[in-house]
Amino acid sequence: MENAIEVTGLQTHYGEREILKSINVSVPRGKTSVILGGSGCGKSTLLKHLIGLLRPTRGKISINGRDIAVMEEEELNEVRKKMGVLFQGAALLNSMTVAENVALPIREHTGLNESTIMIMVRMKLDLVGLSGFEKFYPSQLSGGMKKRAGLARALALDPELLFFDEPSAGLDPVTAAGLDDLILKLRNVFGITIVVVTHELPSVFTIADYVIMLDAGEVIFSGVLDELRRSENERIRMFLERKPEMKTYSPDDYFRFIVGD
Amino acid sequence: MPSRVEAFFGFIGRRVIPVRRDIHYASKIINDTFYWTFVSPVKGKPVRVRAAVSEIVKAGYNAVPIVAVISLFVGIILALQAAYQLKRVGALIYVANLVGVSITRELGPILTAIIVAGRSGSAFAAEIGSMKSAEEVDALVTMGINPVRFLVTPKLLALMLMLPALTVFSDMIGIFGGFLLSTTVIGIHPYNYFQQSVNALLVKDVVTGLVKAWAFGIVITIVGAYQGFKVEGGAEEVGRRTTASVVASIFLVIVFDLFFTTLFYYFT
Repeated sequence: MENAIEVTGLQTHYGEREILKSINVSVPRGKTSVILGGSGCGKSTLLKHLIGLLRPTRGKISINGRDIAVMEEEELNEVRKKMGVLFQGAALLNSMTVAENVALPIREHTGLNESTIMIMVRMKLDLVGLSGFEKFYPSQLSGGMKKRAGLARALALDPELLFFDEPSAGLDPVTAAGLDDLILKLRNVFGITIVVVTHELPSVFTIADYVIMLDAGEVIFSGVLDELRRSENERIRMFLERKPEMKTYSPDDYFRFIVGD
Repeated sequence: MPSRVEAFFGFIGRRVIPVRRDIHYASKIINDTFYWTFVSPVKGKPVRVRAAVSEIVKAGYNAVPIVAVISLFVGIILALQAAYQLKRVGALIYVANLVGVSITRELGPILTAIIVAGRSGSAFAAEIGSMKSAEEVDALVTMGINPVRFLVTPKLLALMLMLPALTVFSDMIGIFGGFLLSTTVIGIHPYNYFQQSVNALLVKDVVTGLVKAWAFGIVITIVGAYQGFKVEGGAEEVGRRTTASVVASIFLVIVFDLFFTTLFYYFT
């Protein structure tokens, strides 16, 4: 299995605090990989490194065999043209219509004429089921529609790599399932390598081919979905079975804690 | 006592390191802004003309009424205050000189700059800041679009053009305000006032005022952009940064004014 992304020894800090503790991750090409983990485990930070928004303290991030951690901005922009990102809040530019948002990367990076661009925009909007919404502004769309529009923009330049940050966050189950369907379609029809960061279990079992699980800045699992289901690891079982984290104090400890000692 | 020495150096460090980081960040913004506005268009990355035009309308055209009203009032006030002193020495005709020179050299540019800082500087900070907190800036970066080129360059071009333009307008309205008061209340003959103004005003008075206005435009844009890009959190910080941008840009406008006025005093 060939890997599209290969992360080796990635270590990052936020100020003084260590977020990712020298992790190794690989993402297989043409599959949907899910980065799973509880809040604050470093999964969003990992995503920000994969898309080149943050620079690591140490480590290598190879995308298609080239290390983006040491690239100049110009070179990195070339790599970015081959990837699309759907942010948690869709991150559409509010001052532009849906069509202008989708057209933005095409206008910036190609010299195509206006009518060709509009055809591409309509194709992408149709793909995500938003035909007819070209003239709408992001503020006039619902949460799910915004995400679809954001996805159309991420797909504008026909990326090889597609990243999703919490795609189902803040969506009702039906809309979230619709988005999951779309993710499956993109992998099956276009063979795009997809990376999804999420903590929504139903969605993980629908879309994932490959799962990477993080806990407290370390990779505790990486493998296919069936292996995840069979795993005996305590942290993984807690996550899969939705068990709360029990913090038990002895009465003495509790007393010390509340008096702030 | 090594601990006391440590504490002393620690104290200095804690104060200095954030300042150094701020200076680094500010110089990065300044550098990027000038690169994407003046250097990259030469290298074949054109500026967004339509966005610049839209900023020109927002920052320039829409500010015309408020600039007109304030300039008119300040012109009238200036003429009244001048007349109050000058009538004691029987030199009322010099109201024209005083109004004309002080408006073109000083009050026109600074009033316009303060109005624009309040209107547009704050809007820049709020716009960029809320885009930052909604991950829109991150989205631009991941699309391979430089946020400074996309957001700041059109604003800089707009203010570099519109601040001098608004200043010319403010100069005219301000002098007209002085003219209005002098010819009605003080009773100077309109033709005399006109002649006196024309004789008193030199081209360099107007030009130095416009040079200042141009510099103020750059200062206001960069302060707004800097504060906007510094936003890390949510709505509350956008508000705080917007306030900070107005305060800082008015302060820096005055500082630059002092600098340029001193410069022109010695070298023109």
